[in-house]
Amino acid sequence: MMLIHCPYCDEKRPEIEFAYAGEAHIARPDAAEQQEMSDAQWSEFLFIRDNKRGEHCERWWHANGCNMFFNAVRNTVTDKFVKTYKMGQKRPSASQISKWNEGGNV
Amino acid sequence: MSEFRRPGRGLVDYDSPVKFSFDGKTYDGFEGDTVASALLASGVHLMGRSFKYHRPRGPVGAGSEEPNALITVTRGKGRMTPNLRATTMEIYAGKETASQNRYPGLGFDAGAFNNVFSAFFPAGFYNKTFMWPKSFWDKVYEPFIRKMAGLGPAPTEVDPDNYGSVYATCDVLIVGSGPAGLAAALAASKKDQDVILVDENPQLGGSLISSPEVTIDGLSAADWRAKTLKTLEKSGNVRLMPRTTAIGYYHDNFVALAERHTDHLPMVEPGRIRETLHRIRAGEVILAQGAIERPLVFDGNDRPGVMLASAAQTYLNIYGVAVGKELVVFTSHDSAYNAAFELAGANVRIASIIDARREVHAHLIEEAERRGIDVHIGMVVSGTKGKKRISEVEIYESVHNDRKRIKCDALLMCGGWTPSLHLWSHSKGSIKWDSQTGVYLPDKANENCVCIGASNGDFGVKAALDAGSKAGGGRKTYKTEEPDFGVGEVFDHLPSYKKSSKTKAFVDFQNDVTDKDIKLAVREGFHSIEHVKRYTTNGMATDQGKTSNLNALEIASKALGKDAPQVGLTTFRPPYTPTTFGALCGYRTDDLFEVTRKTAIDPWAEGQGAVFEPVGVWRRAWYFPQDGEDMHAAVARECKVTRDSLGIFDASTLGKIEVVGPDASKFMNLMYTNPWSKLGVGACRYGLMLGENGYIYDDGVVGRIAEDRFHVTTTTGGAPRVYRHMEDYLQTEFPELDVWLTSTTEQWSVIALNGPNARKLIAPFVEGIDLSPEAFPHMAVREGSIFGIPTRLFRVSFSGELGFEINIPSHFGLAVWKALFEAGQEYNITPYGTETMHVLRAEKGFIIVGQDTDGTVTPQDAGMNWIVSKKKKDFVGKRSLQRSDLVAEGRKQLIGLLTDDPKVVLEEGAQIVADPNQPIPMDMLGHVTSSYWSESLGKSVAMALVKDGFNLMGQTLHIPMAGGVVHKATVVKPVFYDPNGERLNVL
Ligand SMILES: [Zn+2]
Repeated sequence: MMLIHCPYCDEKRPEIEFAYAGEAHIARPDAAEQQEMSDAQWSEFLFIRDNKRGEHCERWWHANGCNMFFNAVRNTVTDKFVKTYKMGQKRPSASQISKWNEGGNV
Repeated sequence: MSEFRRPGRGLVDYDSPVKFSFDGKTYDGFEGDTVASALLASGVHLMGRSFKYHRPRGPVGAGSEEPNALITVTRGKGRMTPNLRATTMEIYAGKETASQNRYPGLGFDAGAFNNVFSAFFPAGFYNKTFMWPKSFWDKVYEPFIRKMAGLGPAPTEVDPDNYGSVYATCDVLIVGSGPAGLAAALAASKKDQDVILVDENPQLGGSLISSPEVTIDGLSAADWRAKTLKTLEKSGNVRLMPRTTAIGYYHDNFVALAERHTDHLPMVEPGRIRETLHRIRAGEVILAQGAIERPLVFDGNDRPGVMLASAAQTYLNIYGVAVGKELVVFTSHDSAYNAAFELAGANVRIASIIDARREVHAHLIEEAERRGIDVHIGMVVSGTKGKKRISEVEIYESVHNDRKRIKCDALLMCGGWTPSLHLWSHSKGSIKWDSQTGVYLPDKANENCVCIGASNGDFGVKAALDAGSKAGGGRKTYKTEEPDFGVGEVFDHLPSYKKSSKTKAFVDFQNDVTDKDIKLAVREGFHSIEHVKRYTTNGMATDQGKTSNLNALEIASKALGKDAPQVGLTTFRPPYTPTTFGALCGYRTDDLFEVTRKTAIDPWAEGQGAVFEPVGVWRRAWYFPQDGEDMHAAVARECKVTRDSLGIFDASTLGKIEVVGPDASKFMNLMYTNPWSKLGVGACRYGLMLGENGYIYDDGVVGRIAEDRFHVTTTTGGAPRVYRHMEDYLQTEFPELDVWLTSTTEQWSVIALNGPNARKLIAPFVEGIDLSPEAFPHMAVREGSIFGIPTRLFRVSFSGELGFEINIPSHFGLAVWKALFEAGQEYNITPYGTETMHVLRAEKGFIIVGQDTDGTVTPQDAGMNWIVSKKKKDFVGKRSLQRSDLVAEGRKQLIGLLTDDPKVVLEEGAQIVADPNQPIPMDMLGHVTSSYWSESLGKSVAMALVKDGFNLMGQTLHIPMAGGVVHKATVVKPVFYDPNGERLNVL
């Protein structure tokens, strides 16, 4: 059972307190944007997700903890969390991720 | 005393004789013996029959790696455990044990014909032979295979034992208590670390117990061990856990330990815990699991009496048992010489040492000769003889074609040593191939973990001790006197003069896999070791190939002409050794298997003899039978009284979320399809929630308590996901909104009163609320009190009758319910359960999300376009409702069905077709979603999702059932009772 660092609690907590919440950084288009989108574009937003081998940006929910949603970079091969960060922070760049990797996880 | 005992040797208690039984016969042993050691002391090697060929087998090892000697232990009703290793089962007085996989008896076994016909049972035999015809699988092949190829029978009774569960943390967890583990514990203890030291064996000390020739810092190995254990016991910061197996190593140093408390005890007081599963989170893990000796692969290597050289050493030094009177040793590694010399020193005659290597250190040969042991260099064992036990070996030299026979009653073999990488591999530590020794060794750690001693390829006591000290944070170097552990040579093939078809050289003893099977798999095109494993089943038995994986790899890579690392190594998976389901379940059985949520009113329903049903994790009253009524009668009565007078229903399980804040109505507008801004304080509205994909997600009545406060209700089962859905959008998409969400499901008890007398009942007890229809219309909420208890009183109806839902703080729920029930007697108040609630709502055509919808139903499909705002710019799901396939013609739509025969109640889930005479497979139009007998209407009513249903009004559809019956039904609007809602207006 993994330990996951919640950026709001700033603590490593057991995996069972958390729930996976899908890929991160997929912003919901606002009302005006929605109406400009074709069905195909809207379907892309709704259904199409990366299936990444390696570092993946994803959302987690500290469901049985502080109740906050946050983002994480997790390596889907090793199942290791590279870093967790607060909602609203930008998607980390590849170079940022490799820096984190060098510095050890979280 | 038996001629095989060596009193003065071993840790058994010679003053405590113990009698036990094996296959109905009584045997003698001593306290401290295992079933295997005591049987060997009685001259018995034959302990089981093999899995596939039913060949007679004896123990190969002396510990948990044992593939052959599997037994069933029985200790009273429900306490029968099959497939236990005789080599690890400690005996106690009266222990009942039995061999397995034999009929009628171990000595003569009918299934042994599999052995005679073994040429017909090669690798993949089952896969190839039993494929066709398909219909034979269930009735012919599978029962046959299960009967003939098998382990012990599974127990049939409920396990009466108790099991424990413990969560704990420590600074350092050490697995294995040999020299490496003990030295690590000693060092870590001195650093004031919180240490746990586990070992699967009853005695701590590992190889130190069977190393009488070794001295450490001037003490004998035995004395050093005793002193060290005493030091650790006194330290106060080291927890010693014998009889505890580290069964699995998971992420972030989470290690599962299975501790056995009682299986070795003759008497177990009732209620005592049999096993405990410890879940340990360790700061650092030190793996000192040692190494397992490798068998050699030669014709007849599975005959009882053929065993690992180290096992014979263990039997001598731990149990004081000589495994035979006249032994032959067959080796390709120096370490077997030490075993031979030790046994010779204990008065066991070593007839010969057969060494497959062409070159061997002179000092070993000299020492053997000094002891009068013949050494045959460059020779191999080419065959064995003997029925229940080996009686003779044939040895062979390939260059000169020399052959010779030697009498013996046991053959010790040693093909080198395999470092135990099981837990290391669980932790996803990487491994590297060491071509010199022909083994995999630990490479890079994936966790805060080190692998030391023999499991790291560092053989010898000093190497293990020094590595242990270092791993534990110390810097001690030990002085030892010990025989050189030596070196060996790995053979992927031992020469033989025999035709391959005439030989049977086993690689995996437990699954009866021979070298030929592995070569056959390679010939048939299996090139990865993972595929070879699955095709031959090598390494797939309960021992997970502890003694066979490396030999299989050598043979497969040789056959493929590749280096071993290119062929790979099969994956080790938890558990390290077979673990009882009891230990894994812990206390989570029976009543503690799953949490059952009960409402505050549940005890009353139970007292009334209600029948309950599970709804999500809740237990809800289903119906309240009276005077021997069946469900049908009870529900008919409950429905009738509710419609005629008054019914009372516990609706506490409804999900409730308090939505509060200046932007609460903005948030509600985004989460629900309908508008909320203009909903007045004190008014209620039915809300429909969609997923972003436009499909119905949940529904419920919402009351506006204040400008900035909504009391939201959800379906019973949907409460957690609706809350999550709301939190998700609030936190991640609409964080600018100033809104707070609180789950209040368990804060409120909800008592639903339905029926024409509902208002009359509550009127005398309600304060602060004008109940008149003008002041308190349908779909309104008021705050006041009832029986002096503060309440949020909703005037809503899920039945079509005049209805109130009384929300009171949960701890008053039962009291208010009882008071209402007593006062309601004059109206024949009748408690009803979920079944009646369903009938009443179905009569009105109210949907249940998840029953009448299935995650692909839009509001339009459900005939609920009226609730979707056209004016709102945005709400979750809005854009999806415009997708071409969601507005397409001919989607499945929710309609009502009335059966032609009003007595027929359709089956929920039944498929609907237009023409029942079409050939199978028929064109399905949809299915029945809800169907009930309506006592009020005197006929059955149903709802269904049907393709293009809205355009089929008045048409007849068919519902063909299994068995040939076809029901007819007419499509109608799904409102069956009081379509104009007049009954809500009763005064
Ligand atoms: Zn948190």
